[in-house]
Amino acid sequence: MEELGEIIQEFLVESHENLDQLDRDLVALEQDPGSREMLSSIFRTIHTIKGTSGFLAFHRLETLTHAGESLLSRLRDGAQELTPESTDALLRMVDTVRTLLSTIEETNGEGDVDVDSVIAMVTACIEDPAAPKAAPAEAPSEASAETEPASGKPARKPAAKRTTTRAATKRTTKAAAAKAEPEPEPENAQMPEPAQVETPPLETALPAAAAPGALPTADETGGQPGGTRRSIAESSIRVDVDLLDALMRLVGELVLTRNQIMRGVGGGSDPTLVRTTQRLNLITSELQESVMKTRMQPIEHIWSKLPRVVRDLSSTLGKQVRLVMEGKETELDRSLLEAVKDPLTHLVRNAVDHGVETPEERAAAGKSAEGTLTLRAYHEGGHVIVEITDDGAGIDPTQIAETALTRGVATREQLARMDNREIFALLFQPGFSTAKKVTNVSGRGVGMDVVKTNIEQIGGAVDVDSAVGKGTTWRLTIPLTLAIIQALTVECGEETYAIPQVGVDELVFVDGQSGQIEHVSGAPVYRLRGKLLPLVRLDETLGLPARNSDRDVYIAVLQADGRRFGLVVDRVLNTEEIVVKPLTGRLKDVGVYAGATILGDGKVALILDIPSLARRSHLAAEAVERAEMDQVETRAAEGRIERLLIAGMGDRRVAIPLDMVTRLEEFAVDRIERVGAREVVQYRSQILPVIRLASLLGVYDTEPDGDTVPAVVYTERGRSVALVVQQIVDIVEDHIEARSDLDDDGLTGSAVIQQRVTELLDVRRAILAADPRFYAEMPDTMVGA
Amino acid sequence: MPSRQYATFEVDDQLFGVDVAQVQEVLRFHEYTRVPLAPTSVGGLFNLRGQVIAAVDLRVRLGLPGRDLAEPAMNVIVSVEDEWVSLLVDRIGEVIELDDEAFEPPPDTLHGAFRDLIVGTFKLEGRLMLALDARRAVETAAVDTDQGNLARTS
Repeated sequence: MEELGEIIQEFLVESHENLDQLDRDLVALEQDPGSREMLSSIFRTIHTIKGTSGFLAFHRLETLTHAGESLLSRLRDGAQELTPESTDALLRMVDTVRTLLSTIEETNGEGDVDVDSVIAMVTACIEDPAAPKAAPAEAPSEASAETEPASGKPARKPAAKRTTTRAATKRTTKAAAAKAEPEPEPENAQMPEPAQVETPPLETALPAAAAPGALPTADETGGQPGGTRRSIAESSIRVDVDLLDALMRLVGELVLTRNQIMRGVGGGSDPTLVRTTQRLNLITSELQESVMKTRMQPIEHIWSKLPRVVRDLSSTLGKQVRLVMEGKETELDRSLLEAVKDPLTHLVRNAVDHGVETPEERAAAGKSAEGTLTLRAYHEGGHVIVEITDDGAGIDPTQIAETALTRGVATREQLARMDNREIFALLFQPGFSTAKKVTNVSGRGVGMDVVKTNIEQIGGAVDVDSAVGKGTTWRLTIPLTLAIIQALTVECGEETYAIPQVGVDELVFVDGQSGQIEHVSGAPVYRLRGKLLPLVRLDETLGLPARNSDRDVYIAVLQADGRRFGLVVDRVLNTEEIVVKPLTGRLKDVGVYAGATILGDGKVALILDIPSLARRSHLAAEAVERAEMDQVETRAAEGRIERLLIAGMGDRRVAIPLDMVTRLEEFAVDRIERVGAREVVQYRSQILPVIRLASLLGVYDTEPDGDTVPAVVYTERGRSVALVVQQIVDIVEDHIEARSDLDDDGLTGSAVIQQRVTELLDVRRAILAADPRFYAEMPDTMVGA
Repeated sequence: MPSRQYATFEVDDQLFGVDVAQVQEVLRFHEYTRVPLAPTSVGGLFNLRGQVIAAVDLRVRLGLPGRDLAEPAMNVIVSVEDEWVSLLVDRIGEVIELDDEAFEPPPDTLHGAFRDLIVGTFKLEGRLMLALDARRAVETAAVDTDQGNLARTS
């Protein structure tokens, strides 16, 4: 059912509910044939289904409901009276609608459901309800002539296209030819007949209709004979969000208790208890995951209204704006989605109003007349990031500074000390607006500060980056206040702290020999694979007594706000699932903590807020930038040095540029699953395409025999692939001199590295082999405006 | 005659009382998780049956030197604005019932920190009980601004 779009699912649920109502209404109507109210209600239901099915391109459904609607509107308007015949026809139409809906649900398409006979039956009731009984020779011709404008065209379309609906095809041709043909009795007499039969029309409609739908389903489900799928209406219910919240809290407590039991049992000698605990562990994890899923919704839900907003607004303003959406499947907790909706809409309106220029201005600036507004959502460091990017005029920091000065938001001295980032932050000050004129759209000076307040209320952040003439990016950082997260526990001073795992790139142990903490203009840095990593010392940041040596410490390499930095801690303890408890208001102001949690031993640990630590790495980062500038110069003098990861493939050695290595992982062999012809592995709640280096290079006798295989994970713009290798040999930094352009498949050549001939992997090709869409910069949706 | 029940406890040999209706429970606890950079009056955090509770060191709030949290301390857990907060006290006393008539406004001789947290006094046999304003007593953000600034500039 996953293949069904969200919209279709909703449509199905809704329609099923409506149809049940419809059944009751229709039957009630027979008791009280004159009830306009009832008829209107039925009409509306059918009309809704018709509208949506047209939108979703379910043409049979649309045609069918259209016919029903035509009859209903006449009944409603009193143009004709409801007769048992027309009730039968309507009921049969409802049944066929239902059959169509199940077919859509099962096969994602309309299948070969016969609608034409029902349409004919319904249209036969229009205008001349007595026709079936009286003069069958005349009735069809009249009916078809009468309903031609209403249902004729759609009705014939499917008939013409598909030959499977034999009776219907005949019926249509006969009806069309009725005027000329004097003997239509046999066929025509058959058609109205079901209308008079007492048995529920369902039975006549179903066998023909359901069969084509049901068969492919049986094939699909393969191993489960008789395992009929439940319909969506049966398998989904509406649940109070409060109940979900309560469930979530309970699961949180369960996770904590599980952790405590696991710790208690850990080294236990009772095998039964150990086994039971493992089972408890598994069940808890699954329960937790399921409960979390109940609350997640794709961000698409709040994005879906934006194309219209952009279209209307840009046409009002005489601008041309193309809206691009990327990552609309990114899921967020339901309550967060609600909270983000208004700020997001505001930012989008603002971008169209102030960001994108008019076509004339754009032409003058040498840009295409049509501006592009990009919405992008992705996960980063335990947050969901939503970016709103326009390619408009950008924001001029000097102009902001001037405005800030005239509005008294900042003094000249303050401004002089500010960098661009800080100046942009002034935009979020209350009462600040740079719009040249106040429009009714935005620019009344309220807005950005409200956006900021709203986002901060849910523990998020908003910032802006802009380049004059190039465009502006507003970035919303929305926390996963989802109560349970994976966290790394570390020790510093006497306390244990938790770091959200999603923000952790890797861990480095500094023994003081092979690597050590250095200082660049006073700021601590670490040379990680040749690159300088700015460091933040946790003890120093927290005002704890500093340790006396930098030996035997750990660096957690973290990522936040587009910045990579290392956090120096005493010890790394564990990764565990923790329940995020909100911090009491009195501790939020401290700013370094994202929350608190209770660890397996029952002690409370503080959760570190990576973005705020990242801001503290600012100084070190600047020092690193300067140092890197110097380094580039020296490197230019030295010539070409490459850093390579050497992987072994049997006797062969293959070099992979280290720039293409985001992480090294070990995957359990049995965790590698198959999707079609491809291999994938579940990795940090993503499905990671896997390519085996061996098969890429045509080596088949090197299947690893261990339980795990080493893999190189490469991530770019939120997409990742895993390259499974046989063995990771070494990481080298070397001048590559001897090189041959061995033009083998999947290789760019070979070189001598550490006295051995090593093949150089064509990484781009390897990545494309794993994920052909990796480099495709195809946005998910393009909406012209 | 209207009367009220007070849970009493001692800090620095002074008897305090809070309305029993505000008190959730009283317990002895050790193992507090310190919160670096937090106001000094926040003694630490602890786990009360799965809930993270902040313990406010009443000594610090009263302008006295802070408590050594390596030793077990008595917690009076009060409910303030739908949140449970613990007040760290020296000794726990009885629950006593007092007539509202016996209530007197805080004496003028009460100084600074005490004065801010006290709503009134009750004369008991041989000693004075200070009725504590629990809501103000757990306010930690307002004070210790020096400490806060230090944290921000470090």
